[in-house]
Amino acid sequence: MNQLIEQASNQPRIVLRAEGVWKSYDDGTISVLRGVDFEAAEGQTIALCGPSGCGKSTLLHLLGGLDLPDHGHLSVNGIEVNRHRDLLRLLRYEVGFVFQLHNLIPDLTLEENCLIPSVAAGVDRRAAMARLRQLAERTGLADRLGHRIQKLSGGERQRTALCRALMNRPKILLADEPTGSLDEQTSGTVFDLLLDIVATEGVTLVMATHDRGLAARCDRLMEMHEGRIHARVSV
Amino acid sequence: MIFLKLIVTNLRCHRVRSLISVAGVAFSVAAMLTVVTVLQGAVGMFSGVLSSDSEIIVFERNVSDLFFSSVPATALGEISHWPMVAHADPVLFGIVSSADHPIITCFGITAADARIRQAAWIAGDRLAFAQHTDDVVLGERAAEFLGARLGDHVPIGHGVFHVIGILKTANGFEDGGVFMPLSSAQAFFHKEGTSSVITIKLRNKEDAALFKSTVKANFSSLIGLEDEEFNRSYSQFKILKATAWAVGGCGLLLGGFGVANTMIMSVFTRIREIAILRVCGFSHMQVAAVIFGESAVVSLAGAVMGLVTGSCLLYALKLVPALHGYIDVTLQPAVLLIVVLLAVITGIAGALYPAAFAMRVRAVEALRFE
Repeated sequence: MNQLIEQASNQPRIVLRAEGVWKSYDDGTISVLRGVDFEAAEGQTIALCGPSGCGKSTLLHLLGGLDLPDHGHLSVNGIEVNRHRDLLRLLRYEVGFVFQLHNLIPDLTLEENCLIPSVAAGVDRRAAMARLRQLAERTGLADRLGHRIQKLSGGERQRTALCRALMNRPKILLADEPTGSLDEQTSGTVFDLLLDIVATEGVTLVMATHDRGLAARCDRLMEMHEGRIHARVSV
Repeated sequence: MIFLKLIVTNLRCHRVRSLISVAGVAFSVAAMLTVVTVLQGAVGMFSGVLSSDSEIIVFERNVSDLFFSSVPATALGEISHWPMVAHADPVLFGIVSSADHPIITCFGITAADARIRQAAWIAGDRLAFAQHTDDVVLGERAAEFLGARLGDHVPIGHGVFHVIGILKTANGFEDGGVFMPLSSAQAFFHKEGTSSVITIKLRNKEDAALFKSTVKANFSSLIGLEDEEFNRSYSQFKILKATAWAVGGCGLLLGGFGVANTMIMSVFTRIREIAILRVCGFSHMQVAAVIFGESAVVSLAGAVMGLVTGSCLLYALKLVPALHGYIDVTLQPAVLLIVVLLAVITGIAGALYPAAFAMRVRAVEALRFE
């Protein structure tokens, strides 16, 4: 009995789960996800690979509560993703997003962009600033806080997006081709940073990518094709 | 702070669009303020004519305009003997014309009338008033535009009158008017034995209710109203005030459309930004608050600019000699407050649709849109 309990407690906790998830657009004429089953454990890094249009981004959006599935169940940290209030809570505290295009507000400064999630969640400004300084130190942006986004390089912008995504200490980071718009060298640097931060913060990373080299550095690689996960490889 | 920055940054980034919108609200507010103040001032001036040294006005019940009111001299005789009445002065209003001035207000009054007793006489002797039927006293502005001096004979309407005095009052209607002896005015306007109104000065102001009820009991065709009551209930005043607010309201409505247009443009060009806010955890209400905030800033800035512009305009009108005394351009705090409130409400109403649109933005679709 004690052995069983010990085994169970050694099992990593599942923080993301998708069961039989279907998603289509245009009244069902474009079927994007066709019964996806997916699990991610706490602290795990997972790469989603596959050709364009196979449903990687759609799965990320569903996992992050940006969209709802037609069928199937999704849960984040044990919370079913299906209600508005849950979605808001999900976006504020549970999940952080990093996109291929940094999706920062160009007319705001780096600091202001990063503080948006704290404002949304009503986090005390002093605490938010302390967190931002901590992240900025980690990402090498400490001296760029007051700079406007237009003044930053592509790598800096993506690092800013990473800081913003981690501001409210989410447990899950969903990254959609986070280095897709960067050159090879910058891409490597940003990805190193990404892996380093998710490891130290204990964040679960699910990343859609075409870059097999980067994917190989994740704990697991999931191959998607035509809306289904075909292969799960533990790297 | 970031909230405010989001609001201000967007307005700053689209300076021209924001300024045009602010200018639209400003002109609307200025127009409303000017029209309302001028017309309310005019109403105040006219009611001032009626309340000259009196508290109550008696006139014919249910007339649409005091110029059509007919109060018989018998009523005047009776009322002036009531114990609560200090004095009762008949006034006959009429419109006369001269060669260059088609509309001149004419006051048919007795020598005991407060206008004659209390006005500052620039020329002539007040004791000479009503001695002869063709004598008239002119207000200072009337004398000016008629080119008349003391002792002159001036053609007014179909008659020629002898100017026996020129007086100055603070009221434009009186200052630009002609004062005739009551009997002369009755003959001139073919209203023998009547006056338009009787202005009443009571011995004791607390007898107002008693006086009104006595009028009602004794003269079924007449009504007595205290000055304040009259100002509120007189249909001409109500029409004027309603017109002023309606014209001003239309101006504000246009300003509101301007704000709505700006806000719609603002939302349509920021769909991606709104989507980013949603992804970062902004609720529908927080997104709407940003849009309403922008609208409120535009409206408030417009209102302030409008108040300054309107005040300058009113000040300029005050300086126009031709309008001197005809309009009271004193800004009333209540009017200021209402105008600003209406501007803000209009601005916020203008942001309703854009805010609703912004709330419906689906982040996942907006972020796909390049």
